[in-house]
Amino acid sequence: MHLENTCVLSQKALGNYRVLELASERIAPAVRPGQFVHLRVPRLADAVLRRPLSVFRAEADRLALLYKPIGYGTGALTRVQAGDAVSLLGPLGNGFPVALPPDRMPVLVAGGYGVAPLFLLARELPQRGIVFAGTASAKDILCREDFEALGWDYRAATEDGTLGRQGLVTALLDDWMRNRPSNLMPEFYACGPDGMLRAVGERAVVGGWRAWLSLDRHMGCGVGACLACVQRLRRPEGIVWGRVCRDGPVFEAREIVWDEPGETKKEVSR
Amino acid sequence: MKPDLAIEIAGIRMRNPVMVASGTFGYAEEYADVIDLSRLGAIVVKGISLKPWSGNPIPRLVEVPGGLVNAIGLQNPGVEGFIHQHMPFLRTLDTPVLVNIWGRTAQEYAETAARLNDVEGVRGLEINISCPNIKEGGLAFGTNPSAAADVIRAVRARTRLPIIPKLSPNVSDIRVFARVAAEHGADAISLINSYPAMVIDVERRRPALANVTGGLSGPAIHPIAVKLVYEAAQATRLPIIGMGGISTARDALEFIIAGASAVAVGTATFGDPMTALNVIEGIETYLSDHGFSSASELVGALEQ
Repeated sequence: MHLENTCVLSQKALGNYRVLELASERIAPAVRPGQFVHLRVPRLADAVLRRPLSVFRAEADRLALLYKPIGYGTGALTRVQAGDAVSLLGPLGNGFPVALPPDRMPVLVAGGYGVAPLFLLARELPQRGIVFAGTASAKDILCREDFEALGWDYRAATEDGTLGRQGLVTALLDDWMRNRPSNLMPEFYACGPDGMLRAVGERAVVGGWRAWLSLDRHMGCGVGACLACVQRLRRPEGIVWGRVCRDGPVFEAREIVWDEPGETKKEVSR
Repeated sequence: MKPDLAIEIAGIRMRNPVMVASGTFGYAEEYADVIDLSRLGAIVVKGISLKPWSGNPIPRLVEVPGGLVNAIGLQNPGVEGFIHQHMPFLRTLDTPVLVNIWGRTAQEYAETAARLNDVEGVRGLEINISCPNIKEGGLAFGTNPSAAADVIRAVRARTRLPIIPKLSPNVSDIRVFARVAAEHGADAISLINSYPAMVIDVERRRPALANVTGGLSGPAIHPIAVKLVYEAAQATRLPIIGMGGISTARDALEFIIAGASAVAVGTATFGDPMTALNVIEGIETYLSDHGFSSASELVGALEQ
């Protein structure tokens, strides 16, 4: 983990999303797929917290972050320009496991900007496989050519039907699962909204496969100190709180204890 | 000549008056990669109770202009878990470690204190009678002078370690609590804890925090904290550890000039882990620039 004072190289819009490219000599070379950085939004004096953003691309001396402007901090981040000074803390979190038995086929499921850590993962997995990407509209479909150039089969679903299948990415996944060769053993990797992650996890559990799910959460410190971004996990010793920033953000589907609608409290042993 | 930053508070010698506040620094190992822990004045670890405690449901934290509102709810592994999981690392540090303790009854505070008595590496206890985020204990003790007295007396009876009650800002007269602490055997006091607060998500018409209410911390509470430290310093000769919204050396200097012997950096560490170290440097520069030979000379140096 490093605290790096660096600068913005570029920022550009990509559909509803933004790609922020930063110089980084210390963090970029150390990043593993699924890890994130905690970024201090420049000139946002009244915001006391950093913003956690997934690493989308990492090279020797630079990294790219993909984000969607959704609130006060990420909204202000859209005004950041090349040359602006930025403070980064990272790389943070556990990341996706990249070791994969040769008989498994990686199946990546991305919801919206959840494609960011999966793109980094796609370059490092030992086998190529298939990517299912779901977004609101065709203009938000990202990295299709990049995935294909790496040898991945890329399938898109859009909510408005402007590209690929209309509807949810999980419906697209279900169609493929029904028609896949019976000897194919999938290993799932997913990043996106909770509803999508939960649906992918349920399919994996039912089929007896593994699903590595990356959770997107508001965070405080980002290093495991403040205990704000906790998630209930099923562990041998019982139901425990895991820290999404430090113990995650990637958890295997069987570990995650999802909240039920309307539920307010569930016992956690510690 | 370089000014002397070293201080002694409640019998604990510190290389400078800048500590990190309980609940914002975990058990220190979380920040060990990015800051040199040996430069801190002291470390106050997250609140520990007699038994493991799961804390509040999520969401537990929301950012607001100039601060954040949290309702973590004192999640911790209990005193035994703390000793086994975290003390092995903490006792390797040459920075004094203070343990923040809390309980649901005065008895639980006292038993937790007693358990920590002979634990190598624990240099003092901060007694949390001011957490706004749990139903029993915490603030219930910190807003009632006789309940506060019961806790402080019970802990005093069971420990040889220095004890430092942490006071709530949510009282009508802080001087009463400062005097109660002095009368019942405290070695110092620390203030302030976070200020009770609430945020509503208007789109969903629900509280932003699962606990409904939480505690406000960050720059927004700094002037409130300075006023309370100033008042407490008028009421007691106990050393004071001032905290609440420090993000720069000037913020820390205000506490010292108001009468605090030491300060603690809290929420600002989340935004910039280097804050405490920058505050130390800034205090040193200030002392040099203004002709003070030591940090202790500045304590209570308010001109009126």
